Amino acid sequence: MISLESLNRALQHWLQSTLGDPWAYLVMCVLVGLAAITLFAVLGLALVYMERKVAALMQIRMGPNRVGPKGIFQTSADTLKLVMKEGLTPDGADKFLFNFAPFLVMIAAMLVLAPIAFARNFQIWDLNIGVLYVAAVSSIAVIGILMAGWSSNNKYSLLGAMRSAAQIVSYELSAGLAILSIVVLAGSLRISDIIASQADGWWIIKGHVPALIAFVIFLIAVTAETNRAPFDLAEAESELTAGFHTEYSGMKFALFFLAEYINIFIGCAIGATLFFGGWMPFHIGHWEAFNRVMDYIPSSLWFLGKTLFLIFLIMWFRWTFPRLRVDQLLNLEWKYLLPISMINLLFITLMAILGWHL
Amino acid sequence: MGATSLLILTLAAVVFSAGGILVSKIFVKATHNPRKGEPYECGIPTVGRTWMQLQVGYYLFALIFLIFDVELVFLYPWATVVKEIGWMAFVDILIFFFILFLGFLYAHKKGALKWM
Repeated sequence: MISLESLNRALQHWLQSTLGDPWAYLVMCVLVGLAAITLFAVLGLALVYMERKVAALMQIRMGPNRVGPKGIFQTSADTLKLVMKEGLTPDGADKFLFNFAPFLVMIAAMLVLAPIAFARNFQIWDLNIGVLYVAAVSSIAVIGILMAGWSSNNKYSLLGAMRSAAQIVSYELSAGLAILSIVVLAGSLRISDIIASQADGWWIIKGHVPALIAFVIFLIAVTAETNRAPFDLAEAESELTAGFHTEYSGMKFALFFLAEYINIFIGCAIGATLFFGGWMPFHIGHWEAFNRVMDYIPSSLWFLGKTLFLIFLIMWFRWTFPRLRVDQLLNLEWKYLLPISMINLLFITLMAILGWHL
Repeated sequence: MGATSLLILTLAAVVFSAGGILVSKIFVKATHNPRKGEPYECGIPTVGRTWMQLQVGYYLFALIFLIFDVELVFLYPWATVVKEIGWMAFVDILIFFFILFLGFLYAHKKGALKWM
């Protein structure tokens, strides 16, 4: 059966036999880099297209439908347009930081890809502290956002960056506690261990109500951390024009935009991995026959399907909930989500110790 | 793949971003005039300095965040061994959360969690 795992193994075997040791490794490194770049480009194009189509679906209209069949080349055309635009640097800006910020945001988004399991045994680096690594590295993006807002020398940008940083930093806590509740159940920080622990059912089913609460909190936190509606007051168009990337134009703006969508993907991928078993097919306990049937669907499709479903949910939120005020946003986190997720963690600990999970 | 993957991914990100910016530099004929260099303010010039003091609320939240984030870091090693240690781990975390909760109450009482 053709799967990403067997393709990867065949490629490595072929490289090893034709090129020998150091060169095969080097070529593999280059291939990983190219694959990451391709994934970025494709994801960016596909997710923006999906966003516009979902928006159209919610508002009962067509969405992009002129460029290519069903408008699928619309985002490529938009990217081409952005490449053709001049990238301005305002005269008053801090030039170095202004140009460095998009790089930092992109590097942070790219680095988080390392421990994500895209399919069975298909992972760039199976880190033994995978989940902690993701939580740590994804918060580097805050520095990039603050840098962009500060260096722009524009009041809108600075306010947007401060709001954005306060928001991302606050919601990181409840996201972290939601992640921890699954770590308690699985007993490991390694992503492959967490996925393997869901071989007889996903945690969202095995973990009963506390896991469900943790999932809802995680989803809210991801929505807030990626600055999406209803928590998009960092770039609230009516008051702040565009938040921290007001001054950015052309390709640098495109990089911020891309990093934003990649962060949504990564957040949803982590959510799918923790609560829905990542690439693990839908298994029910010891129903051997049922599990075998489910195994026939390729693991990469399971991963992609779950992730896209979560992304769809987040896009759905945008057209359902009105934007919060900044005090409401911080109240929601500090007075509701944080205490709830801490108490929920206690319940999950009780469950793990007593062995109540299935 | 090991730790080299981090280097590769960083390089990939830099190549991707720099490549995009370079391509647009090649194709775009840049012109300059003083109007273009102004900050975007919907037509009205900016009043006063931009790099100014901001509301203290942001810093208060940053401080509280620091406390809770360190707490979260302490919880990670604890979470991996809960099942092995059993009830002792639960008692430990109850005490830990109780102390943290006292600090949270203090911050709440002082009004640090209120947006002014």
